[in-house]
Amino acid sequence: MNAKSKKLSRKIVVNSSTENLSHVRDFIRDAAEECGFSKETSGKIILAVDEACTNVIKHAYKYSDEGNITVEVKFSNSKFSISITDSGTHFDPNKIPEPNLKKYYDEKKVGGLGMFLMKKLMDEVVYNNLSNDRNQVVLSKYMED
Amino acid sequence: MTDFNVSVREIGSVNVIDLKGYLDAHTAPELENAFDKLIKENRYSIVVNFTDLAYISSAGLGVFMAFVETMRENEGDIKFSNMTENVFNIFDLLGFPMLYEFFKEETEAIQKYNEKVKS
Repeated sequence: MNAKSKKLSRKIVVNSSTENLSHVRDFIRDAAEECGFSKETSGKIILAVDEACTNVIKHAYKYSDEGNITVEVKFSNSKFSISITDSGTHFDPNKIPEPNLKKYYDEKKVGGLGMFLMKKLMDEVVYNNLSNDRNQVVLSKYMED
Repeated sequence: MTDFNVSVREIGSVNVIDLKGYLDAHTAPELENAFDKLIKENRYSIVVNFTDLAYISSAGLGVFMAFVETMRENEGDIKFSNMTENVFNIFDLLGFPMLYEFFKEETEAIQKYNEKVKS
């Protein structure tokens, strides 16, 4: 079976502690490498998912470790998608401006870098509002020929 | 447990921070503490050696953003050395080379500080 016809579906739920970021990274690394992504591309996917989970811990749960983060991976038709779902405070991604490092430096502001990285590292980033006050971000990467 | 370690060496008037392992939102506070301690001791000329750093996320990048101005206001700086290509690519993606100096070797970064002292 070649990599393109491979299918995969896998899920983990972790509590919203920064301590769990390394578990999420291991989970994503295993799935991405199993689907046949190169080490370099897997590295990009891992970082994007780390940034998404860090944003959930920071903004949705305000550093409380009592929330849940559901990370679900799906691979089919050459598309590797990771959905990250939480039940914390909703935030509007459109209200976060694109970061400008020089401006950040001048204003001593550090934030928004994670969202910017996610966009740069992945092919698609989609934010969804789900029922029962859940927020979701779906990150996707296509396997190249 | 996330594998991460920060240690500081003094080479003349320059302070070298060695980073090891994974720098993310969980471990970034350890690096913040190291910078706080250096500032308390009025040590502002910093070289960060990335030889053994395997991974960095924006939480780690944010630490350098947060402290660089204090260092520069006190005639110091934060300079970077010995970065692997993967780690450098993340810095590059966010435009860091516009605001920070990167060196292949730690000795070159230290040299840069020493030249400044002489002139």
